[in-house]
Amino acid sequence: MQRFANLLDNLANTQSRKRKLALLADYLLNTMDPDRGWTLAALTDGLPISLPLRRILHDLLSDTVDAELYRLSRDYVGDTAETVSLLWPERQSEGDEPPTISALVVAFKTTPKERIPDLLARALDRLDISGRFALLKLLGGAPRVGVSARLAKTALAQAFNHEVSDIEEVWHAVDPPYHDLFAWLTGKGDKPDPGNRPTFRPMMLAHPIQDEDWPRLEPNDLTAEWKWDGIRVQIAATACEMRLFSRTGDDISKAFPEIASAFIRHHCVLDGELLVVRNAEVAPFNDLQQRLNRKTVSPRQLREFPAHVRVYDLLFEDGEDLRPLPFEERRARLEAWHARNSPPLTDLSQTVAFTDFAELSQIWSGTRKDGIEGLMLKRKSSPYLAGRPKGHWWKWKRAPLTLDCVLMYAQRGSGKRSSYYSDYTFGVWIDDSSASADTSEPQLVPVGKAYSGFTDEDLLKLDRFVRNNTIERFGPVRSVAPKLVFEVAFDDVQISSRHKSGVAMRFPRIARIRWDKPANEADTMSAVRALL
Amino acid sequence: MQTSPKSPQSSKAHPAGRWLYPRPEGLFCEPGGFYVDPNKPVDKAVITHGHADHARRGHGAVLATPETIAIMKLRYGEDCAGVFQHIDYGQTVSVNGVNIRIVPAGHILGSAQVVLEHNATRVVVSGDYKRVFDPTCEPFELVPCDVFVTEATFALPVFRHEPAVKEARRLIESVRQQPERTHMLGVYGLGKCQRMIALLRQAGFEETIHLHGALVELTQFYEQRGFTMGSWRPIGKDSSGQRQDYAGQLVMCPPSAISDRWSRRFPDPATAFASGWMRVRGRARQYGVELPLIVSDHADWPELIATIKETGAEEVWVTHGREDALVHQLGLMGIPARALALVGFDDEGE
Repeated sequence: MQRFANLLDNLANTQSRKRKLALLADYLLNTMDPDRGWTLAALTDGLPISLPLRRILHDLLSDTVDAELYRLSRDYVGDTAETVSLLWPERQSEGDEPPTISALVVAFKTTPKERIPDLLARALDRLDISGRFALLKLLGGAPRVGVSARLAKTALAQAFNHEVSDIEEVWHAVDPPYHDLFAWLTGKGDKPDPGNRPTFRPMMLAHPIQDEDWPRLEPNDLTAEWKWDGIRVQIAATACEMRLFSRTGDDISKAFPEIASAFIRHHCVLDGELLVVRNAEVAPFNDLQQRLNRKTVSPRQLREFPAHVRVYDLLFEDGEDLRPLPFEERRARLEAWHARNSPPLTDLSQTVAFTDFAELSQIWSGTRKDGIEGLMLKRKSSPYLAGRPKGHWWKWKRAPLTLDCVLMYAQRGSGKRSSYYSDYTFGVWIDDSSASADTSEPQLVPVGKAYSGFTDEDLLKLDRFVRNNTIERFGPVRSVAPKLVFEVAFDDVQISSRHKSGVAMRFPRIARIRWDKPANEADTMSAVRALL
Repeated sequence: MQTSPKSPQSSKAHPAGRWLYPRPEGLFCEPGGFYVDPNKPVDKAVITHGHADHARRGHGAVLATPETIAIMKLRYGEDCAGVFQHIDYGQTVSVNGVNIRIVPAGHILGSAQVVLEHNATRVVVSGDYKRVFDPTCEPFELVPCDVFVTEATFALPVFRHEPAVKEARRLIESVRQQPERTHMLGVYGLGKCQRMIALLRQAGFEETIHLHGALVELTQFYEQRGFTMGSWRPIGKDSSGQRQDYAGQLVMCPPSAISDRWSRRFPDPATAFASGWMRVRGRARQYGVELPLIVSDHADWPELIATIKETGAEEVWVTHGREDALVHQLGLMGIPARALALVGFDDEGE
């Protein structure tokens, strides 16, 4: 448990991805089974333990800690697990070996419910502050230490010299504490066989198309499809089970039971886009968001945000691996398969016919008007390859919108950027009646935040500008005199009740720094509303 | 019965409150006509120690330990008060029927508790204090008293500091394990800086330590007072052309310098901060440090409670910090306590 606690501490205190990977890889290489397996489970899919932790802790603490002191402490610390770890009386005695993570997991899995509080109290007694914190985070679900499941898998791949796609491919064939997985990785066992279980196949991803790509492309070699504004999913169905995976291989089947039931008795792996579709019309991304990141789904959500999958590739058909086939052939198999089976709540992603790039460019120009995110280009001869291979698939996003906004606040970055004011909040002028009408001074309202789109050289200049034009400081944030104009590029602007301006930008970045432009010539709120 | 109109006391409160009570300028001793650690310039001040929120410039007369006076002069200039009067640990002076005795508080070099006796009542104004061993100052001396006036900087049961040498060892280990990086340790310039150097030496770190310009004078002052700091070197104010490589080295600086432009001279620095606040993860995150070291010059929760008990005080007055938790706890222990609500103290950087 101490090693796990140290790992959590170190991960929480480092911001660098590279260093996090190194810490994790080192831990996974140098920790025994099954400890490392349980740790991996805690950082990815969670442990197979569920307890009413909050209630148990409340009961345990009411015997030892005054309620008012607990309340004041909890308010100050801001986290229950941490507060308890700090308040728990030190009872560790000499020669008391702290329990291992495996011993604890097994104990919590097998102990009857009524004896769990006692078990927890004894475990906390045998640990120090960081050990107690780690245990409570472990039992409480995801230990929030800035590590995604994907990062943990990447570290595992790094530790044992594999591609992360290898790990993803076997991930859903193994269970915590992953004995088979580690046996395979350490060369002591075969690659885990999923058998009849549906498993995730690493996805093929596209590159954004660049100007220099065009001369190397031939219209005849490519198929074009619409780019849909949903999330990428993989449907893996076997005779007995169906799973829906996100792009990173997370199992999201439980949040979309209607899709699962649409694939009963099919045996295939499909690639497609998950959307909310009402009356054959694709709903905005915001609607889909209502369905994401949920463990369960209510009948009302099923009714109001009906899910749908637009399929565009067939990876396996009845156990036959189609991935080595050229896209063109897979597409033909997909069309035939869909015509034959047509599972409900699915349709085929239509191809977009074109003869030359001039025509395609014209089609692309019309995407914003039609509410489509852009185009996808796929090489007809390409096999289905894991990762983001070069020269096969491209995304051609619709042209961004731009607005001239005024820098209002700047915040220090983190990690390498911690001495730079590198995160910028910008606004536009309020120009309609809703604004405080009696003030004659023109006022800005924030519409977005961006920390990319500029070079290191720009950053130095921006940092200097912020320091020389600060009006007020609030901790790491400075308010800045409204003098500097950013040309902000973004994909879309949507209504949002979470922001004072009532709008939220999607994917904003700083396209140009307009050192030359007077701030009073920047855009206004009515210009923003005109884009809605 | 005569009660001072300025006294905030109810009739049930301790009678000492009639001659020692808070005013907007700070804690005031009426018969003596002086304040302890006032937050504004006053005629007569007793200063417990040299930290900026306790020792301010511009008083008419200052009574303090020789070290505290020297620190004030070093920071504010020779003429930062009208008159200075030295008082050594253990020494007593009488002012208009009030006996003032000074005893060590264990907080930093020269830090003192002020023991006041009047009308057969003894009040100890402890200033800032700690009980654990500190190689850079005299240890806290316990004085039994009727009223104990205490700080409450870390007065929440979550604050339990780590053994300081253990934290120094963690830093040394990190320096050794990452020889390609510069370690930057943020420390409060007076007291914490020199204590950390002493702790590092005690833990066997013999390399040269590089000091930010703001830490140089005070460290020299400690050396003049006979404390050994080992090998250290100031970091030049401007990086004049030739680049020094600080890889594998330990740099110490004020906490604010860690995220200041100054820090850009060190490639890929590993940041540490030595403070009692580092006990709480949220605070460590707020400072963005990789290595939070839980080392404090203030009493933690168990020390506060133990000290109050040991003084045998009938009543406790709380000056600054998390007063509500401490007053509540003392209530549970049956010790009358109240918050003085003094303003102007700030232990953020400790």
